[in-house]
Order: sequence, then structure tokens, then C-alpha cells
Amino acid sequence: MVERNPLLDVISHAVMWLGVAIVAFPLYLAFVASSHTAQDIVQAPMPLLPGGNLWETYKTALFGGGDGAGSTAPVARMMWVSFVTAMVITVGKISISLLSAFAVVYFRFPFKMLCFWAIFVTLMLPVEVRIGPTYQVVSDLGMLNSYAGLTVPLIASATATFLFRQFFLTVPDELVEAARMDGAGPMRFFKDVLVPLSSTSIAALFVIQFIYGWNQYLWPLLATTSEDMYPVVIGIKRMIAGGDAANDWNIVMATAILAMLPPAFVVVLMQKWFVKGLVDTEK
Amino acid sequence: MEKRVLFRSSWLPWALLTPQLAVIIVFFFWPASQALVQSLQVQDPFGTSVEWVGMQNFRQLFSDSAYLESFKTTAWFSLLVATLGISISLILAVFADRVVRGAMVYKTFLILPYAVAPAVAGVLWLFMFSPTLGVVAYALEHVGIHWNHLLNSTHALTLIVMAAVWKQISYNFLFFLAGLQSIPKSLIEAASMDGAGPWRRFWSIQFPLLTPTTFFLLVINMVYAFFDTFAIVDATTQGGPGRDTAILVYKVYYDGFKALDLGGSAAQSVVLMVIVIALTVVQFRYVEKKVNY
Repeated sequence: MVERNPLLDVISHAVMWLGVAIVAFPLYLAFVASSHTAQDIVQAPMPLLPGGNLWETYKTALFGGGDGAGSTAPVARMMWVSFVTAMVITVGKISISLLSAFAVVYFRFPFKMLCFWAIFVTLMLPVEVRIGPTYQVVSDLGMLNSYAGLTVPLIASATATFLFRQFFLTVPDELVEAARMDGAGPMRFFKDVLVPLSSTSIAALFVIQFIYGWNQYLWPLLATTSEDMYPVVIGIKRMIAGGDAANDWNIVMATAILAMLPPAFVVVLMQKWFVKGLVDTEK
Repeated sequence: MEKRVLFRSSWLPWALLTPQLAVIIVFFFWPASQALVQSLQVQDPFGTSVEWVGMQNFRQLFSDSAYLESFKTTAWFSLLVATLGISISLILAVFADRVVRGAMVYKTFLILPYAVAPAVAGVLWLFMFSPTLGVVAYALEHVGIHWNHLLNSTHALTLIVMAAVWKQISYNFLFFLAGLQSIPKSLIEAASMDGAGPWRRFWSIQFPLLTPTTFFLLVINMVYAFFDTFAIVDATTQGGPGRDTAILVYKVYYDGFKALDLGGSAAQSVVLMVIVIALTVVQFRYVEKKVNY
């Protein structure tokens, strides 16, 4: 820092503590609630320190068998659905975006700009504004309640394509010339030069898209009607169908924690790339 | 901008583009055009009869007081989410930029909500503010506030704003922090040598240099409040009490899938599309301007 100012340092730390407290309080409360029995929690005020029911709560949540008013389906299955969905969306988005960005940057062909703009325009058509007809299409294709239905409609990505295009444009032309001189064709160049060079962007996008896929709500709400295809984010909503006291709040909160763990893990683990990716993609 | 050296092939680029184009044609352009067509039709809920009605759906929409009310709710909601979210994260970023010791720990905590799904954020806040068993609702009772978002629309709106802001703080925070750290240190040092204190430096150097970031975040936060908060509303208030927290996206869903008014829902989708296009154009203008710096 520029100058030493002890008072300002104290204020800075105080503000940071306040911020962290606001962010962490709901998370802490969820954890505490998940460590008690359902009966303990409905006694207002609920306990603010962890209890001894942690293991049982998570076991009931993961494998089912709760007796709450809403859905009591096993969360382990939901976590699996969420995981597969998020992975397919992430890998799918990254691969088709890499391929299309490669096509628009490294080839000259008729209607090239039209293709690029067609992809770019999809930014303006979020799933929320076309839910009815998209649901119709997916249902006509018989893709409701399937992984295909959960993932394919979300796989196109204007942002990822745009990001890779921008990145490819900065790759020196000499690399193409060198690859050509060595007798490498376009796909060879793509596989051995371009993809390895893009690994940082790929990692950053992986974090962002995994979380995007994991946290999807509106689309799975429409595309799944059978309990064994619910992602965990939908599952948790179905659990709170009963009144305040009728829900097994300890199990709901355990599910909330479970639903947060994988994306939180990805964010914390890949913090550096994630920050870089976030700042680069959107600007 | 184009590469000097290109590969030559007449079929390969099309093969490369096929997956992306197939997805956007089937799941973006086709449904979007269907939404346009449906917005000009009246269909009975079972899809047995369809009638062209031209602009009637739109006329009906804009003379429907519930829809106009939903517009107002959305405007208020987005404005509150954007301004609160941006100002809180700006404050946090400015102080985080000063802190050296423990910075990593603070930052890790502050970006955690990014990983939390909006629906889960909604459930967490619902739990804290539940009128019968919520800890915060209990505490509020003691200071004389009788919290009940199931009956009181102001409370309901406050609840979804809080959950939405909580969820969005980390995103804004990261951008502000990146913006602050890209300001050259020499600029700050020069100013402090000229006798400018931290307060003065913030208002005359840091804040003006952050205006582009702030503007960008304003657009992003508006889009977030318009569309991504559906899950928060659905998980906490379900548009209630009455229809007082039914934001536009929630109403599209409700009218189309619960009330089965397909034409009306499609017309609302078209209105939303116009709003997204407007916001995207603004954002694009901004991106172009940024390139000229």
C-alpha cells in the first residue's frame, strides 16, 4: 500500500469481516441445521451450534427414506443426474465452440460471416424467452426425461465460440506456416497446436460452464417430470412442498449443502483460472 | 480481422460448424420463430384449434393490469438488485484491494456464492426468514418487526432482493477487484505524493477509472435480475403473495405452463426478447467503445 494508515487497515479488516459474515451466515446456518434432527429445528429459535445428528441426516438425504411433506427421493441419484448433466453441457459446449471457432478463423468459405452472426445472435435468445416452443420441440423429439433433453438444448454457446475466436485471432500466423511446412493438415494443426495453446481458456470455461450446467433450474423444471431424472437443484425445491413445520428442514439443508459442494469445490480449486476466465469472457 | 494464412477446404469448415449450427437451428431459431408465430395466434389449451388474431395478444397484454403490474415489479426488483449488488460489492472490493494479510481467505469466502445455484440461495434465505421457524424472522420479532413474506408483499420483495443480491455479490466483486488491480500503482502513488488522502484518491482516480466496469456490471446485473432470478422467485415466493412478486419471466412461465394461455405467454416472450436485444445492443456498444480506449 501507498502509505501506512493503521486506522484504515482496521476499517478494511472490519469491512472484510462483515462481508464474509454476510456471505457465510446462510451457509453456516444450513450446516448447523443439517446437523440436528427435524424436531430440534422447528423449535424457534433453532439452535445456533452444530448438533449430533450430522451423519444420520446426510445418510437419509443421500439414500432417501425421509418422511417430510415434499419429495423424499434419494439425493445421491439427483447428484449423479446433476453431475452427468453438467459434464455433458460443459464438454459439449467447449468442443462444439472450439470446432466452430476454428472453422470461422482458419477457413474462408461462403456465408462465413452469416454463420458467425447466427451463432452470436443466440446470445439474445436465452432459454427463458423461448421456453414454450423449446419445450414443444424437445417433447416432439421425444427427449423429455432424458439426459439428451436436459443437455443438448443448452449446449450451444455464443460466448464460448466468441472467446475462442478472439483467442485464435491472437495466435501467430507463423505457427500455421510452420505446421504446413511440416506437412500437417488442418485437423492435425488443430489437435497438436491450437488445442494445447488454448488450455488456459478451456480450463476457465470449464469452471464457468460446469457451474452453469449444475445450477440450471428453469429448463430441467420443464424437461423432467419423473423423479429419477431430477437434478439436485430441482429436487431441493420439490422437498419444500409442505408447510414450514411439515418439511424435514434438516434434510433440506443437508441437500442444499450437498448441492453446493461440487460447484464450490470447482471454484475454489480453480480460482485462478476462473477469475481469469470470468474477466476475459465477458469483456 | 482475418488471418493471413488460411487452410483451404470446401467441406471441412462446414463439417466443423455442423454440430453448433444444428443445435442453434433446432433449439434456438426454430423455437424463437415459433414464439413469434404463436404470439399472433390464439390457441385453446388442448391445441385443437388455432386462430390468427394479429396483434390482439399484444393489445390484450398491454391493457392487462396484471401484466403492467408485473412490469413495474420487475423494474423495481432489477433496479434494487443492480444498485444494491453493485454498491455493496464495490465497497467490498475497495477494501479487499487494501488488505494484504488474509486477503486470500477473504476472497475465497466472498466468491463462494458464485457457486451456489439461485434456487439453493432462495431456499437458504427462505429458511432464515421463515415466519414460524426462521432465525432472522425470530430476531426481527424481538425488535418489533413482524416478518411475514407470505402475507406482506414488501417483505416478499425484500426477501427475493436479498437472496438475489447475496448470490450476485461475488460476481460483481471479482470484476471490481480486477478493475482496481489494473489501475497503475504509479498513478495512486503520484496522487498520494501530491497529498491526496485515501478518500480523495478513491473519488478522483479509482472511481472514474471504474466507470466502464460499473456500467458493464449494470447491464449484466439487469440481465441477471430479469432472467436468472426465476429460480429464486420460484423457490421462495412463487410470485406471491397474490401476484406481487411475479416478475416478467415468472409470468411467462406461469401463464404458459400453469394457466395454459399459449398465445399470451408467447407474446410475453416476444416482449422479453425485445428487452434482451435492447440490453445486448447497449452492451455491444459499450464493448466497441472499450476497444477504442
